[in-house]
Amino acid sequence: MSDEYEHKLEAKSDYVGDASSVSTPDIDAVPAAELPDQELYHSHSWWTTYVFSQDAKYIGIQYALTAVGTGLLGLVLSWLMRIQLAFPGLGWLDPASYYQFVTMHGMIMVVYLLTALFLGGFGNLLIPLMCGARDMAFPYVNMLSYWAFVVAVLVLLASFFVPGGPTGAGWTLYPPQAITAGTPGSDMGIILMLISLILFVAGFTMGGLNYIITVLQLRARGMTLMRLPLTIWGIFTATVLAMFAFPALLVGCLMMTLDSLLGTSFFMPAMVSLGETLTHEGGSPILFQHLFWFFGHPEVYIVALPAFGIVSDLLSVHSRKTIFGYRMMVWAIVGIGALSFFVWAHHMYVSGMNPWFGFFFATTTLIIAVPTAVKVYNWILTLWRGNIQLSLPMLFSLGFIVTFLNGGLTGLFLGNVTVDVPLSDTYFVVAHFHMVMGIAPLLVIFGAIYHWYPLITGRMMNETLGKIHFWITFIGSYAIYFPMHYQGFVGVPRRYFEIYDSPYIDTSTLLLNKFITIAVLIVGAAQLLFLYNLIVSARLGRKSEKNPWKANSLEWQTPQMPPEHGNWGKELPKVYRWPYDFSVPGAKEDYIPQNQPPSEIIGAKVEKT
Amino acid sequence: MIKKKSIFQLLTEKPWEKDQIEADNQHEGKTVNLSKQKLGLRTIMAASTVLFSLFIVAYSDRMLISDWKNMPEPWLLWLNTGILIISSLVFHMTTKYAEKDIFDKTKNGLYFIGFLAYSFLIGQLIVWYQLMNTGYYATSNVANSFFYLFTTIHGLHIVGGIYFWGKTTSKFIKKSLKKEEINNLIDTCAVYWHFLLAVWIVLFGLMLST
Repeated sequence: MSDEYEHKLEAKSDYVGDASSVSTPDIDAVPAAELPDQELYHSHSWWTTYVFSQDAKYIGIQYALTAVGTGLLGLVLSWLMRIQLAFPGLGWLDPASYYQFVTMHGMIMVVYLLTALFLGGFGNLLIPLMCGARDMAFPYVNMLSYWAFVVAVLVLLASFFVPGGPTGAGWTLYPPQAITAGTPGSDMGIILMLISLILFVAGFTMGGLNYIITVLQLRARGMTLMRLPLTIWGIFTATVLAMFAFPALLVGCLMMTLDSLLGTSFFMPAMVSLGETLTHEGGSPILFQHLFWFFGHPEVYIVALPAFGIVSDLLSVHSRKTIFGYRMMVWAIVGIGALSFFVWAHHMYVSGMNPWFGFFFATTTLIIAVPTAVKVYNWILTLWRGNIQLSLPMLFSLGFIVTFLNGGLTGLFLGNVTVDVPLSDTYFVVAHFHMVMGIAPLLVIFGAIYHWYPLITGRMMNETLGKIHFWITFIGSYAIYFPMHYQGFVGVPRRYFEIYDSPYIDTSTLLLNKFITIAVLIVGAAQLLFLYNLIVSARLGRKSEKNPWKANSLEWQTPQMPPEHGNWGKELPKVYRWPYDFSVPGAKEDYIPQNQPPSEIIGAKVEKT
Repeated sequence: MIKKKSIFQLLTEKPWEKDQIEADNQHEGKTVNLSKQKLGLRTIMAASTVLFSLFIVAYSDRMLISDWKNMPEPWLLWLNTGILIISSLVFHMTTKYAEKDIFDKTKNGLYFIGFLAYSFLIGQLIVWYQLMNTGYYATSNVANSFFYLFTTIHGLHIVGGIYFWGKTTSKFIKKSLKKEEINNLIDTCAVYWHFLLAVWIVLFGLMLST
């Protein structure tokens, strides 16, 4: 076995050696650019440079800032809810506002923060740079996409100021209660929420079109799909999922808007409300649940797949080691993406379904655990005997692995119908999904921001503040969500705005609620520290050298850092290898950038993975 | 030219092996031999297909509930369907003329297509008007709601098509693009027209047969 391995290594070095003995330009040969270089829009005024920008890098930053701004509102809402839960005696919130805050917190965090930040933010920033393109395929459409997102956010925020306030139907917006009198915001609030979602989907479709075409058609010469960084694979697959999943949300939103505005009966059954028989008849609320979750479950992976991709690259760069099992990682991303369309009904076990139907969805759900486990093993094996740098991105990536594993394991339990039914309406579920799709992707986002911050600003973020931020966030989120698992086991129901002293509620619950709330306040405040770091470092941070992390992928190889308009100066980069050639034996440096020609790295034995 | 590869071939490449490295270094950066407009249109058509399929699923599911009352299909719908078929045919011929570089015929073809598209939309609005006059409102029965919903969504797709038809036609008249570039745009629009015809036939057929 080992002989064979040695032999292959020799063959490899022979190849490089041979090539060097032939004329040098030959081994660097790449085909001439057959296509004319992409025409770019050049801005002429302050408005078209900074506001209505068509440069993907700016659009990415705009997306990210808008998403983070909206996310801060979601954070504040969670503070308000937690204070109410811990200290119900204060009379802090009435039930209506509690439900409104729950709804808005959920929707903002899932759609307007995570989806927008991963795809709109990191997608726009990284896709052209990592693929070696000058910009997105359709820069104008890309700009429209961002502004549609802004309008969607504004419509969403407007719902706080309309009579009746925002909708309080829960982020799943189940009819009939979402549009029936008695639910907070059942007239104006829900309409604005639905319109905002429709705008978001329209805007996202325009952006998604750009991400897909750019990844497929505008890559640099030599950049095959299997040489792409896993970040791009994650974002690309997530975009494809979103293009197929968001239509389901659109259909649900459109039909519910009509039910509410015109009085149609798509989802609304015959009902008596406040003593009056409503005009609706025959509608099917379950139909909405199917549509919603056909969107809702892929949505989980729309958030998770970019996180998977980004964390793979962070782990590889910061442990100076090739990603373990690159192809397996790609297959896992694609496989998870495909499977995610066959599991949606596991969110509906308690809706009263045929047991065989539940059995089918439990099986598919557990099958998804296989590629996901492959990814976790591969991350750990990437770290194995790596030259691990405990930089900020690495800390957050390690935090991600642990947290994702944690949330994933509780997912295995909840995927089974018999376990899910009693736990479904308890805090166990709240703990599960916050761990797996709240904290885990957020840790990746933080890691990614610390990693790519120098690429955007040319400066490093403060390391000490970052470490404080990491430890408070990491330990704090466990202080918040571990107790919630326990609360779920002892049967504390979720969605209740007040857990008071009753014989059914253990006294430990009340104490834990206070503990959790204090942790929430501290963790939330630590995010302000992060924001302070983010803002102040842009001006005062240590100047970063070019390629500060010594990474291989193309975004660090631009002639200027931060990259200028058009990214690549005169000539587009040529790619000779994948982005994971770290610590190659015989090479001068412990990294070989993707665009370094073979003639410059003679003697390096490119290792088989 | 790019060699055609199945997705399985693409995903099983071993980017670290010697032969693969040599082949990969010659890679031009495109995955498929399509202009970005055409591939973009395919992406949009895929998303649209999912959208309409989900509407159809919702329709079929909702149909099973007993309050469903079928609505009549006015004869005008057949005329509108005919208009769509003709506009698709004309578009097909126009692409041929554009390829042969016959300026006048292409121009007339494009104008006629615009005329047909607007007539279709007006025809659909007249159908709405007729139905409302005979008491088939969107709220009277869910079958009607679906009819109005389908025609609206399909109509909005046509409106989007008209926007791009307008841009293409004005570029064609101004001769501001190279021949291949403008032909690429005309072809792309034509594909979209055929797609919308197919969608309409499926939706109309569904509503006729139920």
